[in-house]
Amino acid sequence: MLEIKGLNVELEAEDKQILRGVDLSIGAGQVHAIMGPNGSGKSTLSYVLAGREGYRVTGGTAALDGADLLAMEPEQRAAAGLFLAFQYPVEIPGVGNMIFLRTAVNAQHKARGEPELSAAEFLKLVREKAKTLKIDADMLKRPVNVGFSGGEKKRNEILQMAMLEPRMCILDETDSGLDVDAMKLVAEGVNALRSAGRSFLVITHYQRLLDHIAPDFVHIMAAGRIVKTGGPELALEVEHNGYANLLAEGV
Amino acid sequence: MAVVQLKADALSARLHQAVVPQGAAWAMTARHEALGRLAMTGLPHKRDEYWRYSDPVSLVRPDVPEAAVYDVAETPLYDAVDRLKIVFVDGIFDAAASDPLVLAGVEIERLADVMTKDIHWAKDLYGTLEVNGQTPVARPLASLNTALATDGVVIRVTAAVRLPVNLIYLHQNPISDVVLHHLIRVEAGARFTLLESGPAAARLSMVTEVDVADGGQFHHVRTQGRAHQRRAVTHCFAKLGRESQFKSFTLTVNGALTRNECVITLTGANALAHVAAAAVGDGADFHHDDTVFITHDAVGCESRQVFKKVLRNGATGVFQGKILVKPGAQKTDGYQISQALLLGEDSQFLAKPELEIYADDVACSHGSTSGAIDDAALFYLRSRGVPEAAATDLLVLAFLAEALAEIEDARLAEDLRARLEGWLARRRR
Repeated sequence: MLEIKGLNVELEAEDKQILRGVDLSIGAGQVHAIMGPNGSGKSTLSYVLAGREGYRVTGGTAALDGADLLAMEPEQRAAAGLFLAFQYPVEIPGVGNMIFLRTAVNAQHKARGEPELSAAEFLKLVREKAKTLKIDADMLKRPVNVGFSGGEKKRNEILQMAMLEPRMCILDETDSGLDVDAMKLVAEGVNALRSAGRSFLVITHYQRLLDHIAPDFVHIMAAGRIVKTGGPELALEVEHNGYANLLAEGV
Repeated sequence: MAVVQLKADALSARLHQAVVPQGAAWAMTARHEALGRLAMTGLPHKRDEYWRYSDPVSLVRPDVPEAAVYDVAETPLYDAVDRLKIVFVDGIFDAAASDPLVLAGVEIERLADVMTKDIHWAKDLYGTLEVNGQTPVARPLASLNTALATDGVVIRVTAAVRLPVNLIYLHQNPISDVVLHHLIRVEAGARFTLLESGPAAARLSMVTEVDVADGGQFHHVRTQGRAHQRRAVTHCFAKLGRESQFKSFTLTVNGALTRNECVITLTGANALAHVAAAAVGDGADFHHDDTVFITHDAVGCESRQVFKKVLRNGATGVFQGKILVKPGAQKTDGYQISQALLLGEDSQFLAKPELEIYADDVACSHGSTSGAIDDAALFYLRSRGVPEAAATDLLVLAFLAEALAEIEDARLAEDLRARLEGWLARRRR
């Protein structure tokens, strides 16, 4: 599904290298987690994959089902099936959440040559998905993320994911700023989307999210590269011993 | 040469071939008094304090710069609502194209007729609010209008009227120079909605005097036509009685030079005035100026100004907005926001917000910003699959939404929003 090979990335503004040869291969239907200390490059990896400006790829490749992700515009990556759940979802005053969702869904349908959803079809679908995430009608009407609590913003990200039905989902610290109940709700939303054809890359500082979203593989990232890969037990090891020990033996 | 002399010379040149329409004694008095005021001030010059950002030369010169007639092949504005239509073609009333001037709760007359009648209530309004609006800032182009206006509507509202009146201003002559003057009196407790649409002329001067009595309500939605080369200076002078309401929204799309002045005095307790506008322009030949002066002269009044401009490729936007709170106007609630979205680096927004407060128990706030499209929001939309151009349009419409939200009738707001969407889409090709 997602193949990353030797990815080197610099921050444009500072001429600073952030990623130093990231290798990662995610198969269809798999859930991978990336853990790592602050500044290790986890969020940079997610932004570079989604196509945010401000980064310079100086080496390596990233492909989604064989297609070169790095050559695509952000909207093309989305239409190809990539989705990034933001660590800090952006507030957009003046754009209603419903209009935003409908514009996004139909833009992707159009890009893929599929028929657009009618207003009625869309409404039915969004109501159904919103209900399972406990998103009420008021939240759907309000401007995108404006005045939303931390939990509401993250639930809204998962709602977008559910509506857009991507094949490769990247969750960038989706647990940050969430209390236990909100985290469970978000995790349930994610788990409901797990399927044989859909893969996940879960970026997190802490093991606790992985209690709810069980990963197939756990990677430890440090200083811009993946230094250790294992099963779910690796996350428990981080939880008990911190990163310092792991990194000392890993490098 | 001294500016005073230049202004006096501009007036002489402008009046040289101008014709003061004949009429009843009171009308002639009003017109000659206006000429008297002009003799004191001359015509505006770009060195005047309130014309520093907008050069008035094309508005004052005797000959009219040509403006190509713009053929708009789309559904007429406000088609979504039932309304009484009054059509002016290059400033001339077109009876055949207009509906009969009959509407329950409203008396509608033509200014050209009213000005010839010896006895008419218009005597007390024509030029009166314009004169009051000359201090502390002189507005010579409004006086020139009072002196020379050829036609307009004279409307007296005596009940809560559901059906709006739509003044439709067609432009067919590329060198038309039009001077219209409207009088609107909303009697106590009455309600009225005025819609205006169309470019009107190559060069338009329009004054609207609105007197809203206690408990009356006046709602106003205006669009100024898409002709690229048209020029317009409009003045709305309003006087608001106790617990009355004045709500006005203007949409300006294109136009070489537009100066919209709005001068409102809240004279009765707990009156409310909301003035909003959205302007969109593309290219160095777009210049749009909103000049607003709101005077709080009674307790407990609320005023709200929301002005938004989208400026592309060298377009210029100007906002001069003032809130004056007079002594004794306690519990005043004044709000003013002016914002520009600059698309392209060579566009500019010139803003002069002013507050002058002589009461101690008031809440007044103002803000002015100009900026580009928010990169973070743009990326967020694109990451969800919305192409860059469509995402940009969505953010531009979101920027304008606060101004459009000032329109009470949701159907009208949606109609205007859809037209703005069309304007943006045409610029994507």
